[in-house]
Amino acid sequence: MSETGGRAIGVETVGMTKIFGSLVALEDVSIRVRPGTLHALLGENGAGKSTLVKCMMGFYQPTRGEMLVDGQEAAIRNPREASDAKLGMVYQHFTLVPSLTAAENLVVSRPDCPAVIDWAHEILALEDFMARMPFRVPLATPVANLSAGEKQKLEILKQLYLDRRFVVLDEPTSVLTPDEADEMLSLLKGMTQRGELTILMITHKFREVTAYADEVSILRRGRLVGGGLVGEMTTDEMARAMIGDTAIRERAARLEHGQTSVVLDLSAVYASDDDGLPAVTSVDLKVHAGEIVGIAGVSGNGQSELIEVLSGQRDLDDGRILVRGQGFEPVRDQMDRLKVFSLQEEPLRNSAVPRMTVAENIALRTFDKPPITSLGWWLSPGPMRKKARELIDRYRVKTPSTEEPMENLSGGNVQRAVLARELSGDVDVLIVANPCFGLDFASVSEIRTQILEQRNRGAAVLLVSEDLDEILELADRVAVMSGGRITLQAPIGATDRTAIGHAMAGGH
Amino acid sequence: MSDALTTVAVAMFAGAVRVSTPFLFVSLGEALTEKSGRINLGLEGTLVFGAMSAYAVSYLSGSPWTGVLAAGLAGSVFGMAHGFFCRLPKVSDIAIGIALMLFGTGLAFFFGKGFIQPTAPRLQAIDFGFLTSDPQLKVALQINPLFFIGLALAVVLWWALANTRFGLIVRMTGDSAATAKAMGVSVDLVRFVATTIGGFLAGVGGAFLSLYYPGSWNEGLSSGQGLMAVALVIFSRWNPLMCVAAALLFGAAGALGPALQSVGISQGYHFFNAAPHILTLAILIASSSSKRSLKGAPGELSITK
Repeated sequence: MSETGGRAIGVETVGMTKIFGSLVALEDVSIRVRPGTLHALLGENGAGKSTLVKCMMGFYQPTRGEMLVDGQEAAIRNPREASDAKLGMVYQHFTLVPSLTAAENLVVSRPDCPAVIDWAHEILALEDFMARMPFRVPLATPVANLSAGEKQKLEILKQLYLDRRFVVLDEPTSVLTPDEADEMLSLLKGMTQRGELTILMITHKFREVTAYADEVSILRRGRLVGGGLVGEMTTDEMARAMIGDTAIRERAARLEHGQTSVVLDLSAVYASDDDGLPAVTSVDLKVHAGEIVGIAGVSGNGQSELIEVLSGQRDLDDGRILVRGQGFEPVRDQMDRLKVFSLQEEPLRNSAVPRMTVAENIALRTFDKPPITSLGWWLSPGPMRKKARELIDRYRVKTPSTEEPMENLSGGNVQRAVLARELSGDVDVLIVANPCFGLDFASVSEIRTQILEQRNRGAAVLLVSEDLDEILELADRVAVMSGGRITLQAPIGATDRTAIGHAMAGGH
Repeated sequence: MSDALTTVAVAMFAGAVRVSTPFLFVSLGEALTEKSGRINLGLEGTLVFGAMSAYAVSYLSGSPWTGVLAAGLAGSVFGMAHGFFCRLPKVSDIAIGIALMLFGTGLAFFFGKGFIQPTAPRLQAIDFGFLTSDPQLKVALQINPLFFIGLALAVVLWWALANTRFGLIVRMTGDSAATAKAMGVSVDLVRFVATTIGGFLAGVGGAFLSLYYPGSWNEGLSSGQGLMAVALVIFSRWNPLMCVAAALLFGAAGALGPALQSVGISQGYHFFNAAPHILTLAILIASSSSKRSLKGAPGELSITK
């Protein structure tokens, strides 16, 4: 299907290879994205997806290999040349300037931005542009005040405003509710079908691939391991290509507990965000023993603040937290006494000291108790290392030694080390936030199994996750947070993706 | 009594206009620098060095305006040095600022030894005394042209930050360096330019000190105006127009001590002289909170990150 009349352009990589020092991040990858298609790029974290697109966009210089744009060989040496060739990319982390308005963001991104800006004229031109677009965002609002979905739309609008004909989208729906995601993807799909645009979409959601993509390419460990027309592949084939022969730990079976008592009880919890605005509003939540309550929601709806309140990183404005009927204040000795543990998101930032050793990090909860401490003040490194070695073996943390600084470990191993610290004792309450974000399949499976085992053992688990699939898989009961409130609470069997999606968007 | 009150009010007004000018220049320069995502604490050193070079050049050339220009250029050199060192990897802009503050003051004292005695030609004020018949007001309305230049600059800067490519790029660099880089903007260059302009303005602020008020060069010339201007920028929320208001407020506070003394209240003279410093402290405490982040702060600023 050659769209000579269309504006969309096709891009091809030929034998793309990128080597960082001794690490081969990308090896001989040749993919062909035909004009006017929506092409999905699948792969685990670390499979080389971002390296590939960054080579295409001129952020990295490939060690070997070349690129064809519209069938012509093209050297893309830096992002500016990519933009000259009408290639653009929407990053997962937004590249909008928060304090600038949408209009300012658009105008300043233009290469021919005039030295003195005639705003009256520009606003008219922008309104005219917006009128032609499938979706629009308010122009005069500072980006910081836009919702995540609006920011994502603005990012895509920016690419179109800059007249890009080939756009890479890096996990474009990760901050959207399921409904928003469907709306946006079908609009984009429409644009590719009309030949206005070619899209290469990085994703790990099979649902989006099968519903919207025309073709798919799958990367594993830097190599192209599969691909083709989406209609001709099953999700099973795609998953197998993505994971390869990695042994995945069998998920623990879910034990039925019957009626159990309430362990963690939040009533009318209020908290504010960093700007002093209300972030958590009147949250009531009960977690029973042997139960996982999953809090779903688009990020930025108060989940992080709630977790921070529970882990002592943020003040409680109002309300009560009870653990087994006793008032709970998240300070060290109460966590210890009431057996409250947590797996935080971004563990290297929230639950570990990056420059302390693995052994020291593992001992953070126990260093002031025997056998590490004697006489109440004397710390002996011997027992600390011994304990660390035990846990490193038991939780399969890959580290050169117990004395390695935590920051040198990979993301999965940092999470395993934190897991070892938090879960090795007797756990009554476990607070978990996005535990598998950015981890590979094997680690994800391992960590989810551990969480499930704690539940089976009788711990009350509060799981906050932006990954709805994770909640659907793990939770016994689901609660949805939107705008700082719980908008839905239901047993997992009594609700579905659609109802949860509506609640995530603020509906009831 | 009401006479005394009028006297104090007029003296504070005169003081606000007179004392505010160096605050205004330094804070406008610092506002621009901070908008680009860097903080230059070295402006105190720049100010003192600017004062010295303005006085020296004015004395040697006989023209005070040449002195002002020389102070600006000397200030730019300090700004460039800050911009240059901070682009090196793992260099803290705060540490470099403090180093340059000490270096600038030290260097000014070293070169300025010979200029403490001689009298250099000073800047002439514009006399608006014809507007009034009140003798006190007549004196107060002797206003230095640099004050008006500062006001104009504030308006220009405010306008430019919203309506020019340069302004938008500075704000973008200050708020999200990653975005600027992704758009092919050289973050280091933008900050280098912003810091250089900031240094120029701080140098001019120094020239005002030695060439108009107090109007001589000595080692105790600046009483920390360069550092207070940093607080002032935070107080004015990085808005150039607010910088004018803040500078006037600080100027009036600085004039409180001498004004009270002029009507015979000498009790607590030193306390009232410390008013700007107390104001700095009070403002910083009042405008910060342990619970919320600073509104309007450029996202890349090392102190607010």
